[in-house]
Amino acid sequence: MIKAVMVMNTQGKTRLAKFYEYLPVEKQQELIRGVFAVLCSRAENVSNFIDAESIFGPDSRLVYKHFATLYFVFVFDSSENELAVLDLIQVFVETLDKCFQNVCELDIVFGYSKVHTILDEMIFGGQVVETSSSEIMKAIEEISKLEAASNAITLIPKSASGWRSR
Amino acid sequence: MSGSSLMDSLFQRSLEDLIKGLRQQLIGEQAFISKALEEICKEIKSTDLSTKATALLKLSHLSNLHFHGMSFAAFHALEVLSSPRFSHKKIAYHAISLSFHDSTPVLLLITNHLRKDLNSTNEFEVSLSLQCLSRIANVDLARDLTPEVFTLLSSNKLYVRKRAVAVVLRVFEKYPDSVRVCFKRLVENLENSDPQILSAVVGVFSELACKDPRSYLPLAPEFYKILVDSRNNWISIKVLKIFSKLAPLEPRLAKRVVEPICDLLRNTGAKSLLFECIRTVVTSLSEYESAVRLAVGKVREFLVDEDPNLKYLGLQALRIVAEKHLWVVSENKEVVIKSLSDADPNIKIESLRLVMAMVSGHNVSEISRVLVNYAMKSDPVFCNEILGSILSTCSRNFYEIVVDFDWYVLLLGEMSRIPHCQMGEEIENQLIDIGLRVKDVRPELVRVARDLLIDPALLGNSFLHSVLSASAWASGEYVEFSRNPLELMEALLQPRTSLLPPSIRAIYIQSAFKVLVFCLHTCFVRGGSIVPSASMDNFPAGVSASASHESFDEISVENSADATVVHGQTHASAPITKASIVNLLNLVELALGPLLGSNDVEVQERARNLLGFVDLTKPEVLNSSVQEKEDSEGKGVETSKIIKLMCDAFSKELGPVSLSAQGKVSLPDGLMLKENLVDLEMICGDIKPPSSYSFSFGSPYEEEKDWLSFSNLHIKEDSEQSNESTSLLAEHRKRHGLYYLPSGKSELISNDYPPAKDPTLQGDINDNTDDLVEITEESLNPKRKPNHGKPRPVVKLDEVDEKPVAMKQPEPRDDSLSSAVRDVLFGSEDIPPTSSRSNLSNNPSSKRKGKEKQHTDPRVESRENVIDRNSSSRRSKDRSHGKERRYRSPKKKNAEERKNTDQKEKEKRHRDHGRHKSRQRAEEPLKVPAQTSVIPDFLL
Repeated sequence: MIKAVMVMNTQGKTRLAKFYEYLPVEKQQELIRGVFAVLCSRAENVSNFIDAESIFGPDSRLVYKHFATLYFVFVFDSSENELAVLDLIQVFVETLDKCFQNVCELDIVFGYSKVHTILDEMIFGGQVVETSSSEIMKAIEEISKLEAASNAITLIPKSASGWRSR
Repeated sequence: MSGSSLMDSLFQRSLEDLIKGLRQQLIGEQAFISKALEEICKEIKSTDLSTKATALLKLSHLSNLHFHGMSFAAFHALEVLSSPRFSHKKIAYHAISLSFHDSTPVLLLITNHLRKDLNSTNEFEVSLSLQCLSRIANVDLARDLTPEVFTLLSSNKLYVRKRAVAVVLRVFEKYPDSVRVCFKRLVENLENSDPQILSAVVGVFSELACKDPRSYLPLAPEFYKILVDSRNNWISIKVLKIFSKLAPLEPRLAKRVVEPICDLLRNTGAKSLLFECIRTVVTSLSEYESAVRLAVGKVREFLVDEDPNLKYLGLQALRIVAEKHLWVVSENKEVVIKSLSDADPNIKIESLRLVMAMVSGHNVSEISRVLVNYAMKSDPVFCNEILGSILSTCSRNFYEIVVDFDWYVLLLGEMSRIPHCQMGEEIENQLIDIGLRVKDVRPELVRVARDLLIDPALLGNSFLHSVLSASAWASGEYVEFSRNPLELMEALLQPRTSLLPPSIRAIYIQSAFKVLVFCLHTCFVRGGSIVPSASMDNFPAGVSASASHESFDEISVENSADATVVHGQTHASAPITKASIVNLLNLVELALGPLLGSNDVEVQERARNLLGFVDLTKPEVLNSSVQEKEDSEGKGVETSKIIKLMCDAFSKELGPVSLSAQGKVSLPDGLMLKENLVDLEMICGDIKPPSSYSFSFGSPYEEEKDWLSFSNLHIKEDSEQSNESTSLLAEHRKRHGLYYLPSGKSELISNDYPPAKDPTLQGDINDNTDDLVEITEESLNPKRKPNHGKPRPVVKLDEVDEKPVAMKQPEPRDDSLSSAVRDVLFGSEDIPPTSSRSNLSNNPSSKRKGKEKQHTDPRVESRENVIDRNSSSRRSKDRSHGKERRYRSPKKKNAEERKNTDQKEKEKRHRDHGRHKSRQRAEEPLKVPAQTSVIPDFLL
């Protein structure tokens, strides 16, 4: 089971945080800070694991990947495979890349909802339900269409009502 | 729509505007956020759903990335949720899954929204709703929405179905009764050919099996089939996870899965799957030598891989193997040692653990030497990691692997001198512990302690303070082994001790006291010079100690300055002349004088003790030093008496105190602490008597019963009065020293639980009055405890019952979820863990009747009847519908039948299984031949 997914930049600013068990925001912030403190002290080209038990309690493991200015961090327990989760991070980043065309930190900052949608397509309540980035892309496109359609309906009555009240 | 809300919606900032504003940082982040929050609070109350939704989205963003609570918006989120528009719904679901939890007050209002969306025709709406359910479901939600989830479990949209499967995990966890409804469909999905569905189901089962593997043993054949057939790595990994939990429970299952797992090991190209295979073999199948060899071969490939991740995981796997097959680690010794110098901290720590796993009695000194050298070169963090693991390994099980304690004490001394060392406290504990337990090592301990104490540089390192306190204590306690007590005294009183914290300073002073007494004793009582054997007659250490005294003169390991001072057999006493004693006393006065005004009570008190002693003895010492011989008989006697007393007081052997020592103090006769309390509670339930009440007053509770019969009001007053008098009595006793006097009633004594050393003290009092002084001295030094230790050749171990019996609860957690699952899989019978194995060992092909009997046997009479009726009705139904045969082979009837008995009841409630049955029946003939070869060896 995946416990949490976090994306943060190299300055420690959170770019995405998802905890699959409810945690109060203060606790979330504390955990993310704890993770960042360890991450930023690590050299390049070392293994992608961190001892997470000191931060997240027993039976937790942490895998991260460092891309340009961002750390992608997945926290999970013993029922996941470390290397498989590393692959999962790869899938996530690839999907982001496809979705935003050459993704960079700014895309993730402004694409708040979309990033969450992508993650939700992959991980459902802590369980991985989709590992193919093309399948995820398909779903994302469908969802975007649906959203756009429902918003298009909203625009017309809204502007119409605007005229009426003038 | 009102005008204001229109303005709001027209000029509302979108999420993008918010993010842009945040990035510009014109007014500082916090100020901007609080301004934005104000806006949001206004906007979220708008009647326009779009405005509300945008506000909610912004709030979610702030909550998610800037950690501002959004619980105040819970109801607004529900309002947005009721919007018919998909985009609004999505925002609302996002907000809800971020912020809702079990104690959110509006949680129950969401049920109908969720139900509506679960029944939606739009798969994305269903997905949103399921996603939300998987995050926030509580008992009520899980219960109310179980029917919807059940329906979705057989949805023909894969997108929905796999999510429905995944949500089952949360629903089961929150509402175990849903197992009875959904479990069958969940199991049916195991047969699904679609990898996505299969992946989801196997994922769910691997989570479930993690918590309670035994309940899922009956499904082993299904998992086996997936293991053999699956071409999807993700699924294979999850199935392996399941088997690594199941295999240890059932040996025949382990035997069965070894081969396919080895095939996977040989053939797979995916590292993740390969690693999972390795892990499964080394954790759960370690009895299968060939499999382990194969896995270890693969581990070796990992170890020499360039990728640090693989190397790290390889080392991890080795560590798991090491528990049972240590030879594997020795085989890969070179790689492991080499990894100690890897750049990667994870790899370093992992290889350190492996190295420690290799440590045994005969190689501990070499390995420690290598590691200590290593620690000196490495960075502070890893250095302490190394030191910590050496310390914990060597001290394991009362220094099990340490043979040569002189070596170990030297090593401890050396370790504490390593610049980065921060393990001071652990070293302190071990030094003291070894001093107490191992008699033979004391001379060496004193030597190591002296070397540490005498070095003024060490006092500046705050990490070493605790080591120094242990050294000070050891050199004071075992001063008789010191070659030069005067030098020790100077070390203990050196000016730089002012750098020590007061608690340690107090120990220094106390040790100085002991050393001083020892010096005076040698000087005066023994007439200025001592023959070693004579000096020892007071000490329990006796002959062995004096022997070692002489021996280390000959060896003279340390050729330090003091070795030259010492000559001949009277080495210890030679430097102690009257003049040096006078110097010593002056030194004490000089060093401790300022401490009389110390702020720390402990330091002050001990300094006073020591100075008082000096005041007492000094005139005599001066006197006798002037008149040399003549008068030493007259007045000197008193002084030497005092000195002798003090020396006796300090020479009492200390020993380790067993953790259970207090438990050994037998309760006085007639003392019934617990019974009294229970009775009191029963009698005056609502009065709440003060805790000292029953003991101190010691009144038989018949009297209290009488009080009870009066009236409640009176009781209250009475108890208060009695309480008052009790406390007065206690105070009186304390003031007049009557506290410890034996009293007629044992209850009175029990006012205080007797301290552990009480009996010995009492015995001492009776012995002679001289010992009274000793006792008072003992109370000065809190470390002094009666010696319970049983002398053993080298290590003085505590009694066997040192460790209190751990309150382990080997009983598997039989929570409601697992019992529900068992109900479904095994029938309503709750299988006790031990009997399940015996059930499993039944010959699977034995007749159905016999089995039926066996299962019903343990049940109570009345239930037997019910079950019998059930099973007979089932049989008839089976014949007519073939309902329950389904996909299971006839060989597995055992499980099947137990399952059936329960499904009977279940199907009374849910009779909508029809369409599946026909499909399953059609498949059955195909499956039977395929599985017959597999199943017989399986359980059940």
